[in-house]
Amino acid sequence: MIVGPYFEDVLIQLGINLILGLSLYFPLAAGQLSLGQGGFMAIGAYAASWLTVAQGWPWPLAFAVGPLVAAVVGAVVGLPALRVKGIYLVLLTMAFGEIVRVFFLNFGPTGAAQGYRGMPFVTTLPIVAGFAVVLAVLAARTARSRVGRALEAIRTDELAADVIGVDVTRVKLTAFTIGAWAAGLAGALWAHYALFIDPEEFGLHRSIMPFTFLVVGGLETFWGAIVGATTLTLLPEWLRFLKEWRLAFFGVAMVLVMIARPQGLVDRRMVEAIRRMARRRRSRDNTEEDTR
Amino acid sequence: MGAVLVEQLLNGVMLGAVYALIAIGYTLIFGVLGLLHLAHGEVFMVGAFVGLVAVRATGSVLLAIAIAMLATGVLGVLVERVAFRPLRGAHHLAPLATTIGVGIVLQETTRWWFGAEQQGFPPTLAAEVWQLGPLRVSSVQAFMLASALVLMTALHLFLARTGAGRAIRATAEDPAVAGLLGVNVSAMVVLTFFVGSALAGAAGVLVGIAYNSVHPFIGVQMGIKGLVVMMLGGLGNVPGAVLGGLLLGILEVLGAGYLASSYRDAFAFGALVLILLVRPEGLLGLRTQRRD
Repeated sequence: MIVGPYFEDVLIQLGINLILGLSLYFPLAAGQLSLGQGGFMAIGAYAASWLTVAQGWPWPLAFAVGPLVAAVVGAVVGLPALRVKGIYLVLLTMAFGEIVRVFFLNFGPTGAAQGYRGMPFVTTLPIVAGFAVVLAVLAARTARSRVGRALEAIRTDELAADVIGVDVTRVKLTAFTIGAWAAGLAGALWAHYALFIDPEEFGLHRSIMPFTFLVVGGLETFWGAIVGATTLTLLPEWLRFLKEWRLAFFGVAMVLVMIARPQGLVDRRMVEAIRRMARRRRSRDNTEEDTR
Repeated sequence: MGAVLVEQLLNGVMLGAVYALIAIGYTLIFGVLGLLHLAHGEVFMVGAFVGLVAVRATGSVLLAIAIAMLATGVLGVLVERVAFRPLRGAHHLAPLATTIGVGIVLQETTRWWFGAEQQGFPPTLAAEVWQLGPLRVSSVQAFMLASALVLMTALHLFLARTGAGRAIRATAEDPAVAGLLGVNVSAMVVLTFFVGSALAGAAGVLVGIAYNSVHPFIGVQMGIKGLVVMMLGGLGNVPGAVLGGLLLGILEVLGAGYLASSYRDAFAFGALVLILLVRPEGLLGLRTQRRD
């Protein structure tokens, strides 16, 4: 083992939070704020766990199908949800998340309120890291692709995007569905790491997590999701010395960051400045080599 | 059967009155700012605890309500100062993050002060039960309904008859025009936070008296229910919030009594989803009021 058990635990949680944060990046890139990611996470977690525990499926198969169930539900929910926008969508997705929570609280086959256990331990650090990297690359490639530009056009001005020929409904629904899938994947990973899940962990506080990652990290680029998830996962760990005041300081830090940088820690200007700096250094290195 | 139904209805109205008081604060604040205040449930919770301390110190319920309203009113003004004012002009999602941060701070401070366990409210009202025809009304129920009625009437008179109330309504209608016509918009926003938060504080004390227990996390579910009620009634619509509160209270009590109690929380969200998809402007909203 390269890292100690405590650090490994933190890193695995960081990986799962990165995936959860990116799960909101996709819908939010199209201007859709979902506070129901906890619900999709619950569906992915319960579906994958039921497949490995009750059906005895090998985990790769369960991890393929579990998040897919979340994606299908996401598409079904997303279709009517596309009719509403802004605060209406926020409340609609919040209501969806709570309905999913109450459903699993009453659903006998997966233990209802007692929770569900018996999952094999699957989620090691390399597996989480692998999934997180794949998703980050997907987000990065999307941002620079035709679809990414369509997403941005919709976020900036939906009507204008429609007029210039962007298939608004399809792009939005796709983004929402990918988001649901990624949240389901985070759920499957979490269930096979914690080895015990109960409906209460997927309530509104869980749905709020990816949202705070994105807002604190910055909404303009997908780097915001990554920086935000990393900061907000590690911050409570750094604040451990504060003991019982840890969470309160976390809240204070969140308020202060937003007051200091309302656009989030990372904005587009920062990403472009870093990119320019890297390019300049590269070209300087090249010219130094030429003159030698 | 008939008497049971009537008693259930009465319980529903009691619960609904609390929901309505919380939702009025949400809807007033949304009315003037167009933003969600996600720490409003925590303001309600602080009101319940201030009420608890005041009842223990003074022994008077009325005094406790007055003290709690003053305290939460001031708290609301502080929340505006910390979580909303510094972010004016920022992305409209930024205040969601700061209010979540403020909510965490309020929860943790209360938990540190009082502990995470439930706190019993000292019985202060003489426990009497009156028989009104088929209806049995306890003194606690009568007190609660009377208080809620007085508060709502006072709010109505304030908004309808006073200069400040008119200025708040003007600000909600259009802040820019109100400002041009000489309304001090910033002062009206502060006043709205004071009034809305004071009503939530009163609701906190009433819940403490009626259900005889408070804990640092009661604000979470109540906050969500308040949001649902605001939506049911129509954003920024005060009579709508009252109607929505009563409807949700009755729906929950009847649903729990006659259908299944474990699905109780799902009724609220089911109703919300239905309203959002069928009539997004809310029960009493006008079609033209719809904002995105």
